[in-house]
Amino acid sequence: MLTTTSTAAGATRSPVPLLEVEGVHKSFPGVRALTDMRLDLYEGEVLALVGENGAGKSTLMKLLSGIHDADAGRFRLAGEPFAPDGPRAALASGISIIHQELNLMPHLTVAQNVFIGREPRRWRVLLDERELNARTRKLIDSLGLPLDPTAVVGDLTVAHQQMVEIARALSYDAKVLIMDEPTAALNDAEVATLHDLIRRYVRTGTGVIYISHRMDEIRAISDRVTVIRDGEYVDTVDSATTTTDEIIARMVGRTLAADARPRDVRPDRETVLRVRGLCTRSLLKDVSFDLRQGEILGFAGLMGAGRTEVARALVGADRSTAGEVTLRGERARVRNPADAVRLGIGYLSEDRKRYGLLLDQTVRANITLGALRQRFATAGFVRDRAARAEAAGYVETLRIKTPSPEQRTKNLSGGNQQKVVIAKWLVRDCDILIFDEPTRGIDVGAKEEIYQLLTELAGQGKSIIMISSELPEVLRLAHRVVVMSEGRVTRTLDAAEATQETIMHYATLRPDENPADAAELGLEPPAPQADEEPRKAGEP
Amino acid sequence: MTATKVSARESAQTGLVTVAKGRLQQLLAFASLIVISAFFSVASPYFFSYDNFTAILFSTVVIGTLAIGTTFVIIAGGIDLSIGTGMALCAVMSGVFLVDIGLPLALGVPAAILFGGLIGLVNGFNVAVLKIPPFIATLAMMLVAQGLALVLSDSAPIYFTDVAGYTDISTGNLLPGVRFPNAVLVLLGAALVAAVLLTKTVLGRYTYSIGSNEEATALSGINVRRWKIAIYAFAGLFIGLAGVMISARLGSAQPATGMGYELQAIAAVVIGGTSLSGGKGSIVGTLIGALIISVLNNGLQIMSIPQEWQNVILGCVILVAVYTDMIRKKET
Repeated sequence: MLTTTSTAAGATRSPVPLLEVEGVHKSFPGVRALTDMRLDLYEGEVLALVGENGAGKSTLMKLLSGIHDADAGRFRLAGEPFAPDGPRAALASGISIIHQELNLMPHLTVAQNVFIGREPRRWRVLLDERELNARTRKLIDSLGLPLDPTAVVGDLTVAHQQMVEIARALSYDAKVLIMDEPTAALNDAEVATLHDLIRRYVRTGTGVIYISHRMDEIRAISDRVTVIRDGEYVDTVDSATTTTDEIIARMVGRTLAADARPRDVRPDRETVLRVRGLCTRSLLKDVSFDLRQGEILGFAGLMGAGRTEVARALVGADRSTAGEVTLRGERARVRNPADAVRLGIGYLSEDRKRYGLLLDQTVRANITLGALRQRFATAGFVRDRAARAEAAGYVETLRIKTPSPEQRTKNLSGGNQQKVVIAKWLVRDCDILIFDEPTRGIDVGAKEEIYQLLTELAGQGKSIIMISSELPEVLRLAHRVVVMSEGRVTRTLDAAEATQETIMHYATLRPDENPADAAELGLEPPAPQADEEPRKAGEP
Repeated sequence: MTATKVSARESAQTGLVTVAKGRLQQLLAFASLIVISAFFSVASPYFFSYDNFTAILFSTVVIGTLAIGTTFVIIAGGIDLSIGTGMALCAVMSGVFLVDIGLPLALGVPAAILFGGLIGLVNGFNVAVLKIPPFIATLAMMLVAQGLALVLSDSAPIYFTDVAGYTDISTGNLLPGVRFPNAVLVLLGAALVAAVLLTKTVLGRYTYSIGSNEEATALSGINVRRWKIAIYAFAGLFIGLAGVMISARLGSAQPATGMGYELQAIAAVVIGGTSLSGGKGSIVGTLIGALIISVLNNGLQIMSIPQEWQNVILGCVILVAVYTDMIRKKET
């Protein structure tokens, strides 16, 4: 289905694309981020750019905005070669980018945000606030936005903040506007308003690249869809004549799928962790799932689906507003990470350096940190010999490559740092381990070792929740897969049902479209003992 | 030099800090102490004498005690600005307990020290539970402590003239046969206890790990809130001890003093190689840092350099000490 079609509007368009990307390569140390990337955007067109997490969308944006330089290949803007050397140059040439995270100053007004860095002045030094507001008023009116130039941005709703971003981007007289997940925080009505604005905007002879995961929106707003995967161009298709499933099939490809999967599916094992109706103030709604003994339960979903939030709520790092957690049949109350650890739940953050490790401290100090008081101290005094022996044991059994347990953790490779964190929880006798992106930042060879380790741990009876954005990883390791979208669980898949396509299907579902029932969520029927008095959990 | 005794003792231990690096910074600080002392020995005939050395040690006691306590707070990633006026308040409380209430020495002195712990406990609560930034929380406590010291004493010094043995805590000679003031023994004892706690106990380990990465420590299942309160409260005991030591030395509690001691103590900690961003540092380093300040003050005084210039030089020493520490860190 390789097509180079006319726009949906059917209008004759100029033969020279507004923006042309051709044969672009970009590598970072150890990673090939983009290979032979192409893309073209015509006047009056909305082009959707889709791909899984890590497909190379953000790298492409960084090249276009001049944050990185391409290793090879060309960019052309209205036929002219284009090589920005920084965001300022990109803006000056007419490319505006709206990033997923809003880049606004919350304490400044709308007008001050829109014209930041380009404030109108009097006598070169004095700010002309009146002129600033007048210009902003004009801009806002021309776009038909419901904004007040003098309103403080921090007081606005996220949707209105998004509009401020758009107004700012357009105030540069952009020819090409790139929007990264612009609707992530918007409700349906707001999305409609935004799409309306985009349509009016492209009619003025400009073009929009619309990056999104939401298939329904992509089909609603875009004329064409360019699909990329693993840093490579896959296909460009007409939105009007292509089905959502066809697009998803291109996004996930068909490589890697079924070769390695968990052999021993374990439906009969005892449920160790039962979560029902977990909610948080910010994102999670009614999250329910079961974790069985010796099982690796995969958590799949797109960025921002709420997988990490589930983990953080479970270990008490974030507060949950509703929900019931049952641990081996007993109601568990987890108010902070200390409670979680006492109950044997260990959390391995995706950001090891920030949340997992004391980088300046030794491997031994890190491994023994969590159990220091319980296992390596007498009357408050640390028994260094015992701690050293235990750490050395784990260095050996987990095959942590370090000259000695006394090495500083920051000198270890990513894979070995991850093993140090794993050891920390094993020392503390945690038998439920929550891995958040267990192989992020770990090179390919070491990934294999981490996979082996996870499988071994499950084999020894540890129950594992594995949050991962890498579908091949999920498919290979997980006995069952919980798929999340926008803070809800949309489906729980058995290993047999789980494919890249099914996972992506449920991950891109708007949860209200298809409320899943208990069977689809793979939940056990409520056990009779669940009704008994909530007992105070945890040992003294 | 008396400090080496503690140094040797501590460097024999393998603490949570990587030993080699911790030692290097101590060596650097120690080397500068030697160099500065050597310089003054050459520059002035009065510097190099037993009497002058004990005088230097004696003058280190108050700043040193405060610095030892605040080393814990700083390694844990915090700061304590209330130690100076807190010390004055504890001195006044010592007066209240011993002079006004008339408690015996064996009760009144521990009570004054515990009162310092109470100040630290409140600081710890404000920082760990109310989540007020340490700088602000202890700045507020600095004002509160100064005000309370004035209120409780009616803004007048309290004299310990009638409390038998009180000044002996500082100026007496417990060691038979030598002129060696008790105050220095107290300082060394306090340093020893602090060093053992910092390197050998769970409290010490958690002090380092909270300072290294508070979030990771919490996620490791450690009740960071409780331990932070404990750290501030423990450090507060040294505020109380300093209050006793300064009032014992003067024979009176001076309610209007204290302001400025906190900066000297923090300077000593920093010169001693403790990082203000937390996670590393040592008691030996702090002791050496405090000694460097005392030696400088003493030497410059002997050379008749005006007080004003002494502060200029001290400021420069702090810059040099911190800068060399940063260079060293970049190299590794």
